[in-house]
Formats: sequence, C-alpha cells, structure tokens
Amino acid sequence: MMNPVRVVVWLVEGTWQGCLDAAAQSLPSGARVALLHVTPSDVTEVAEAASAGLLGRSFRGRQPTRQFQDVAEEAASELLAAAAARLGREDVELIHRQGRVEREVVRAVAEDVDLLVVARDGDHSRLGPRSLGLATRFVVDHAPCAVLLVWPDQPPGIESMPPLPH
Amino acid sequence: MPSPIAETLAGLLLIATLACAVVRPKGVPEALIAVPAAAVLLLLGVLPLGQAGAEAKSLAPTVGFLAAVLVLANMCDRYGLFEAAGSWMASGSRGRPVALLGLVFAVASTVTAVLSLDATVVLLTPVVFATVARLRIRAKPHVYACTHLANSASLLLPVSNLTNLLAFSASGLSFIRFGATMVLPWLAAIGVEWLVLRRFFAADLVGRGETAVGTPRRVPVFACVVVLLTLIGFFVTSLFHVAPAFAALGGALALAVPATASRRVAVSDVGLALEVPFLAFVLALGLIVKAVSIHGLGSLVTHLMPGGTSLGSLLLIAVVAAVLANLINNLPAVLLLLPAAAAVGAGPVLAVLIGVNTGPNLTYVGSLATLLWRRVLRQRGEELPIMEFMRLGAITVPPVLIAATVALWISLRFVG
Repeated sequence: MMNPVRVVVWLVEGTWQGCLDAAAQSLPSGARVALLHVTPSDVTEVAEAASAGLLGRSFRGRQPTRQFQDVAEEAASELLAAAAARLGREDVELIHRQGRVEREVVRAVAEDVDLLVVARDGDHSRLGPRSLGLATRFVVDHAPCAVLLVWPDQPPGIESMPPLPH
Repeated sequence: MPSPIAETLAGLLLIATLACAVVRPKGVPEALIAVPAAAVLLLLGVLPLGQAGAEAKSLAPTVGFLAAVLVLANMCDRYGLFEAAGSWMASGSRGRPVALLGLVFAVASTVTAVLSLDATVVLLTPVVFATVARLRIRAKPHVYACTHLANSASLLLPVSNLTNLLAFSASGLSFIRFGATMVLPWLAAIGVEWLVLRRFFAADLVGRGETAVGTPRRVPVFACVVVLLTLIGFFVTSLFHVAPAFAALGGALALAVPATASRRVAVSDVGLALEVPFLAFVLALGLIVKAVSIHGLGSLVTHLMPGGTSLGSLLLIAVVAAVLANLINNLPAVLLLLPAAAAVGAGPVLAVLIGVNTGPNLTYVGSLATLLWRRVLRQRGEELPIMEFMRLGAITVPPVLIAATVALWISLRFVG
C-alpha cells in the first residue's frame, strides 16, 4: 500500500486564513496534514540590539527578549490551534519553529514531505518580480518538495497583465 | 605623564568601559568598570583634579534631569500608560497592518520625544510586540519601527535623549528654543523613516489581522495629565529661567508619591528606577572622555570642526558625528564633539545631535560594541543576527541624516 501524501501548510500572520482555505480545497484525499508556523528570531534580536544601545539603562528586570519569547510562544500556539479548528480536522500535526523564517520552513519540509502550501504575500496592486516577499521567494527557490502557491484572497483578474511593451 | 601615553591610557580605558557596558561580563553593573577607570585617570594625574571637578559640576544637573525622566517614564509604565497605548493602537488599527504601523509611528515618536528613547525601547516596544501578536499581524515592521524611531524621533526635546540633555546644557539654548528649532528636523526624520519602512516592509504589511481584540484597557487619566503638565512645565520653567529639570522632578514626584503611598509601587522600586549605577556611569564616562579630550584629541576636534552654519558645514558635522557614534558609541561621541561645537554656536551643536541620534540606527551600540556583542552571541551558541537591520539602517540613515540637517538649516533661518 502506498504511503499517504504528506502536506505541510505554512501559515503566516495576515494571510493564514486565506492560505488555509485555499489549501483545504486542494488537499489530496487521505493526505496527512501538518500546519507550520515560524516565529522570526530577528524581531527579538533587533529589540535586544536596541536595548544594548541604551548601555546601562536596563529598567531593571525588564528584559524585552524574555517577554518576547513568552508572547511569541503563546501567539504561535493560539494561531495553530485556530487554524486547526478552521480546517475542522483533528488529525493535523501542529509545528511551531523559531529562527530565520525562510530557513526554518525549508528545514521543516526537508524530509518525507510531498507538498508545501504557501500563501503569496506582497502587494497585489503591484504584481511583478517583487510581489513575493523575501522569505516566500527563498522558500519557493529552496524547498525540496513540490510547492503550491495560493492566493490568500481573491486572485487578480486577467486584466492585471500589463500590456506588451511597444 | 607624557601626552601620548596619557592619551593612549585614557583611550584604552574608554574602550574598556564601553565594552563592559555592552557585554556586562557576569552581569556586572556598567559603573563597576567606569568608576574605577575614571579613578585611575585621576590618581595618575592624567585628568587633573580641577578639570575633573569642573566637568563633574557641569554634568551633575544633566544627570539629575536624566534621573527624573527615568523615574517619570517608569512610573508611567506602572500606571499602565503603555498598556493603554497598546490597546488604543489595537482598536484604532482595526486589524489593518498599515494603519497599525501609522499608529505605532505616532505613539513611538511621541513617547520618544516626551519620555525619552529609553521608554520607547524598554517599555513601549514589548507592548507593541504583544499588540501585534494579539492582532495576529506580522511583528517585524512594527518592532523595527519602534527601534528606529527611538533613535530618529529623539531629536525634538532635550528630554528625548541623554545626548540631547548633554547638548542642551552645553548649548545654552532654552527649552523652548531647542524644541522650536528641532521640530522641523524631527518631522523630517520621521517622514523619511515612514517612506523607507513602508516600502522596505511592503511584503509584510499585507492581509488583515483580528479585529476583535478584547476589552480595551482603561486610559490612566491621572498619569496622562501629569505627563501633559510636565511637558507644559518644561516650557514654563524655561520662560522663567528655571532649570526644566525641576518640571521633570515635579512630574516624577506627582506620579511616584501617590503610587508609593497607596502601596501600588514599593519605595525600593522607585529607588531602582533611578538607575543609580547608570548615573554613576554617565559621570565617570564624562570624566574619561574629558581625559581623552584634554591630551590633544579635543584640540584636534576643535581644529577640524567647521565654523559657521552653512548647509555644507552642518551636513559635514552631522556626518562626522554619525560616523563617530557608529565607531565608538553615541554617548562618548557627543561628549567629545560638544565642546568644539558649542564654541561655534547652537547650530553646530544641533547638527551634532542629528548625527549622534539618527546615526545609531546603523549599528545601535557602535561598531566596536556590536563586534563584541556578536562575539558574545556566538559564544552562547546563538545564531548571529542577520544583517537585515544593518541593511535597513544603511538605507534609512543617510536620507534621514540629510533631510533632518536640511530641515535644521531651514529652521535656523527662521528660529535663529
């Protein structure tokens, strides 16, 4: 018997609902589904760098980094739980990672994953080479599996194509 | 002691002091190295007692002013001002990332200007992070905006940045005149930051977050009124030639006394909010920089400082100040440049401030300290930070510096 298809859906704030709905429509029957969220580590680092810039003025006991980690953990588990509920399936695996977002996504699909579902980000009003964010672009380039790129909202109409240059 | 040896010794102690303040081996307070370093320079006669006394006397009011501002900001946090601001931003944005970024810009710029950059970095940034998490909006643009504005939006008032407090006492400007001259550069800096960040993070400012964000926090009316009165106090004291530090002291007491009387805040917490080790560090750092300065470096800086307030001179001063702030750190940079700038006039002093305040968005603590800091991270086995914030710094700092300096040049024509 063939192993079931393994699908990972990468969820990011702002586009996760649309991404999940689009993924749900395209899931192969009997697929094993995992929902993935990555907390970017550079946000904590930039806050840490800024407070290092204050030299001694630490406002004793206020370590932004520590608070950031707690908040990020909680936010991630809530987002993944909300996503599982929206999908209406109980057999989904929830994966939370922390680090460089694009690299963690690629690592998460490095083994035994057949399909990665990714939402397009970027500005819909200016479609073009830069309409994918840096992290998304990296993932599309380096993921060692098939990547399904979905619109998190309404896809653009055919009229979005620019006229041919004269 | 021969001058070159004295200069080298003072320079080495300055570097050691800064390194310890950033790395804090075994969590030692920053003053633990700075104070003995200053004492060594005094004992060896590198810094004559008379000059040390004069420097300490000129720094003391600034240090007192800083202490009052630190307590004021800390008490605002205890009264829930920042939590309320988070709640206000959350409901105002209605889940739209760009609207939230606009509100973060408004709040971070105001908090930085009125309660100092420390308040933005330590007290507001975590609230912004919690707010974006609650709204399920991507954190990056908003957190970067806070850290950037803590520097760029600290141009407006003497209380906005410790560097401004130091310059304020050196420049002889009144509080009103300082604010009136810097309002245009402040707006220019914020405007450029908005244009660049909005574009840089365009891909992250997409989609829509949650709109139902729970019950809004109550606005601490008393704390808001006290902050407003303190702000008015800064200008009124300045009109009557009273040190504006007294307005800050009044504000700090107005919040701290009721809070401790009702046992909401322990008296020891108010004591901790004073950050005494940091105040000692600033005094000691002032003395060390003085020692570096009197053995030749100071006269070199004076010699190199362009005279006049032409746009070219102001730009040159701002760029040199920014480079120096990135090489060492903005505190010693401003201490080193101020005497020479103040001798020329208020314009050059304010140009120095534009450099030392907006420049740190490149490396935050100065490149020397950044190198050390990266070393510490590596030793702890943590991943090195990506250079994204330095890349963003490289894109924002030059236009912010130029726009703010041009605005200063225009301002000086009108306010004089």
